[in-house]
Amino acid sequence: MNKTDVLIIGAGPTGLFCAHQLGIIGLSCEIVDNLDKAGGQCIELYPDKPIYDIPAVPECTGEELTNNLLKQIKPFNVKFHLNERVEQLKKNQNRWHVKTSGELEFDVAAIVIAGGVGSFEPRKFPVKECKKFEGNSLFYSIKDKSIFKDKIISIFGGGDSALDWAIELSNTSKVNLIHRRDGFSGAESSVQKVKELCDQGKLNLYTKYQMDSVMGDKKIELVKIKHDGGEIKEFKSDYVLGFFGLIMQLGPILDWGLNIDKKTVQVNTENFETNIQGIFAIGDICSYPGKLKLILSGFHEGALAARGCFKYAKPDEKLRFEFTTTSKAAQERLGIKK
Amino acid sequence: MAKITYHTHDNKTHTIDVQKGLTVMEGAIQNDIPGIDADCGGGMACATCHVYVKEEWLNKLPEKEDGEEDMLDMAFEPKNNSRLSCQLIVSDELDGLEVNIPSKQG
Repeated sequence: MNKTDVLIIGAGPTGLFCAHQLGIIGLSCEIVDNLDKAGGQCIELYPDKPIYDIPAVPECTGEELTNNLLKQIKPFNVKFHLNERVEQLKKNQNRWHVKTSGELEFDVAAIVIAGGVGSFEPRKFPVKECKKFEGNSLFYSIKDKSIFKDKIISIFGGGDSALDWAIELSNTSKVNLIHRRDGFSGAESSVQKVKELCDQGKLNLYTKYQMDSVMGDKKIELVKIKHDGGEIKEFKSDYVLGFFGLIMQLGPILDWGLNIDKKTVQVNTENFETNIQGIFAIGDICSYPGKLKLILSGFHEGALAARGCFKYAKPDEKLRFEFTTTSKAAQERLGIKK
Repeated sequence: MAKITYHTHDNKTHTIDVQKGLTVMEGAIQNDIPGIDADCGGGMACATCHVYVKEEWLNKLPEKEDGEEDMLDMAFEPKNNSRLSCQLIVSDELDGLEVNIPSKQG
């Protein structure tokens, strides 16, 4: 059981800055995120795209912003739990008992949901039968590549993941790469490599095709693909891999009894608390009259939510407003030596 | 204003006067038309505002910018007439545009 003052759900910029604000006022926190790294949408959707509207930072990329926030919260030694999705919240007297997908448990005084538009999940094939084979012969990510040795693999997608795995697996497996158009979004060098492998007969490339159906008894045996023009091809396949990037899903958050409107959680603007006492929501996931989905708004919301958490974490103490420029306590927490 | 017609997956048709300068995506969101998620808020980063454009309109639309086709690779059941509605800015030229909203965005 992890015991801390506040659990932050989501390691995007809003969650990270909220951790900073909690640290400044002397509260401890831990952060859970479903991705394998901190940064949220900044890292997953636009790590290299410049952002121009962070106050006092004329230009920075999503990755730079994330790294700077991580540096800013370093003094507080915040513990991260990555690759974990929060599944269940339960009130336990004045505290919350939280469980994650990986069976981690937390005992916390308050919860801050900074979950963006939800947790990132792989996008799936639109074909219905695919669900039946998911996890046994159809995958959206690869954990153990050894199972593919000497098998026939059909890979769908045109991004870096599809290309990289097609190249890698072509060493030990028979690979079919299927993509909906001639162009690819993956790196040009990988596209060239795939074309070379195709010319050498080490890989079959089918462009302007999409999945039509998959068939098999317990495991996939046959894959049918359909050309833009309607023509259908079929081939044997032991495994199917789909790489269509990630989509954001609200997931279990929907089941916690929060007031939800159009995939966002309603909050008050005094401290960003939801309709449930002790649960706060900040950043893209919260809604209130005038809400702007900007990173800077998330920072403001995080600062207020952190202060809102104080009364739950330290019910017998009074929070005094202080500036970091002059507060000895805040400077000590930041590890500043004079 | 320009008239934009959205055909939703439940076989309903919504014809909306959308202010010029807004995107076809914003027209749908502001008028509560179901089926457009626009998770990234119009940044061409998520492919959840995917629509099918009525064939006769395909050539009248502004060309796809770099990156739109890459994002459409991620969309649910992309077709030749797929576009991201966040990239379609409403103007006089688009008056009368009809789009079909797919059954799912992901």
